[in-house]
Amino acid sequence: MKDWRYWLAEQRGTLLALGIFIVMFVIYTSNHPAGFTANVVQTAANKGVLLAFVAMAQTLVVITAGIDLSVGMIFLLTNCLASWLVVGTPMQTTLGVIAVLAVGLLCGAINGAIVIYGRLQPIVATIATGAVYYGIGLLLRPFPGGSVNEDLADALTGRVFDVVPASLVVLLAIVLVIWVPFSRSVLGRAAYAAGSSETAAYMSGVPIRRGKFAAYTLAGLLAAIGGLFLTFFTYTGDAAYASGNAYTLFSIAAVVLGGVSLFGGKGSAIGAIFGALAFRTIGDLLFVFDFDPLWQPLFQGVILLIAVSLGAFALFRVRNRLEWFL
Amino acid sequence: MSETTLGGIAGRMPKFIRRADPAVLTAFACIVLLLFLGSLYSRSFLSPEYLLQQLKVASFLGVIATGMMLVVLLGQIDLSVPWSVAAGAMMACAAAAYGPVGVALAIPFGIFCGVLIGIVNGIGVAYLRIPSMIITLATNAVAQGLMVVYTGGFSPQDSATRAMRYLATGFTIPGVPNAVIIWAVIGAAMVFVLTRTGFGRTVYGIGNRERAAYLSGIDTRRVVMIAFAVSGGLSAFGGVLLAGYASKAAQSMGDAYLLPSIAAVVLGGTSILGGRGSYLGTVAGVILITLLQSILSVMQMPEAGRQIIYGVVIVAMLLLYGRAPASR
Repeated sequence: MKDWRYWLAEQRGTLLALGIFIVMFVIYTSNHPAGFTANVVQTAANKGVLLAFVAMAQTLVVITAGIDLSVGMIFLLTNCLASWLVVGTPMQTTLGVIAVLAVGLLCGAINGAIVIYGRLQPIVATIATGAVYYGIGLLLRPFPGGSVNEDLADALTGRVFDVVPASLVVLLAIVLVIWVPFSRSVLGRAAYAAGSSETAAYMSGVPIRRGKFAAYTLAGLLAAIGGLFLTFFTYTGDAAYASGNAYTLFSIAAVVLGGVSLFGGKGSAIGAIFGALAFRTIGDLLFVFDFDPLWQPLFQGVILLIAVSLGAFALFRVRNRLEWFL
Repeated sequence: MSETTLGGIAGRMPKFIRRADPAVLTAFACIVLLLFLGSLYSRSFLSPEYLLQQLKVASFLGVIATGMMLVVLLGQIDLSVPWSVAAGAMMACAAAAYGPVGVALAIPFGIFCGVLIGIVNGIGVAYLRIPSMIITLATNAVAQGLMVVYTGGFSPQDSATRAMRYLATGFTIPGVPNAVIIWAVIGAAMVFVLTRTGFGRTVYGIGNRERAAYLSGIDTRRVVMIAFAVSGGLSAFGGVLLAGYASKAAQSMGDAYLLPSIAAVVLGGTSILGGRGSYLGTVAGVILITLLQSILSVMQMPEAGRQIIYGVVIVAMLLLYGRAPASR
């Protein structure tokens, strides 16, 4: 096979997600009363970027064949923390941002330590740590409130040169700074290898523990970046249980739509970003078609159900029935 | 490996302790410890009325955790508990609005809705081979969507039927709440199914190695689907009882039962990887969680503190005896 065909086979999930997103976005903007304007794109980007960060976080963990059910709660916790810390002079704001990101890293590292060195199942461990993170968030913000440095918030949620949404630029920068180096490093390769076949990776001397630990830790960082952005959009901190749960759930949907295999070892964060943007656009389609907003939870749930059921098509390729039972 | 070393120590103990699961013993020890700590805090903690009240509150969680345990024994997990509970409660209350027939069929209809959710889960897990935590999250979202559309975004006005209230709060035998009797009956049925029937042995077999169970000629997919249907039905029945207890159904009434039901099963020594665990352990886990909740609320701990203590306790107990074997 030619090189480009290998590349195409590897990127099939990502390209499919990109395709779904473009189709959905064209339907969305062409039916939007305001049409394809910078304002519409900016609003859509701001909403989509939040989920994109959380979905990237989920991707890192899913690649190692784990799952992080606490990403939504880290997102909430860092939102609450940012509504206290990211205020004041530019110096204070910078320190606040660094502190919020450090807390995200710490949350991710705790998850990683419990799952990898404590050898607990990721599902139960992250549900439990998620409860802890939510509790801390609720301690910080028993009621919605707080504030944020509005200059920074407006700069990061506005438009660059009055055309490109600033949030998309930040998203691109984060991809270039975190995802690209990680996926090309030894640790990133180890994370993929551990997800693909932990035993084989272990036997080959791949540093699977360090790779998985790095994946969980960076997932915490990415969720914190998402939480920071939520604060920039809403100017407040709010520990809403339902919202944290919804982000965890939607991150899984975005990851699946983005072509990342839930069994690990396959997919990329870029696919998950397009999955997140596509999921958000599909959810918002109801509004441009003037449906009752009451139908939105059902609509999103059905999309999620369909997205996860798509994985079942792999069953048609199974030659030996024993392969059903992985 | 740890079992042989433990066996060496346990060899010198009486037979009934030697045969018991160390996890179940730890859980019961923690219950005694909690009761002791509680009695230091307040004299009335060891009174029969208080303990019976705790047992009654525990029975709602007990019914839900029974279904969860069945699924966990298979090596799967059911994350659709929150809206299975809510759907069971809301649909039972809704059915009551349709005349005397509706009132009579309210409880079966609520359970039926839970079974439907469970069957969708079961089809996804058993036949479409979708990881259980994913498909159950998705059906949970769909059930939530359906309930939101049904109620129009508000809490339903229908209140629980008299039968539901009787089941949850009445007394058939003087001194013993009906809810406790129901939990005892369901628990006894589960123990019978798990230890005395082919279905129960198959559940343990699938939990250990589904491939081996399949090659032994068992229709493993049907067993998995039935287990999920039972889990959904029991969650919904728990919801029906809760609605009877609170005399009405509310949208988010199931949210508080997901983490406790998983925690109760896992703290009771059932392996989250499936194939190992006893119902006695789940009973211990349910009582342990309920007592912990009760003590935290008696101490007037705010919700935030409760969540933190909850998570920390679960992680700590799992680190004590729920670890996977080292990879080498």
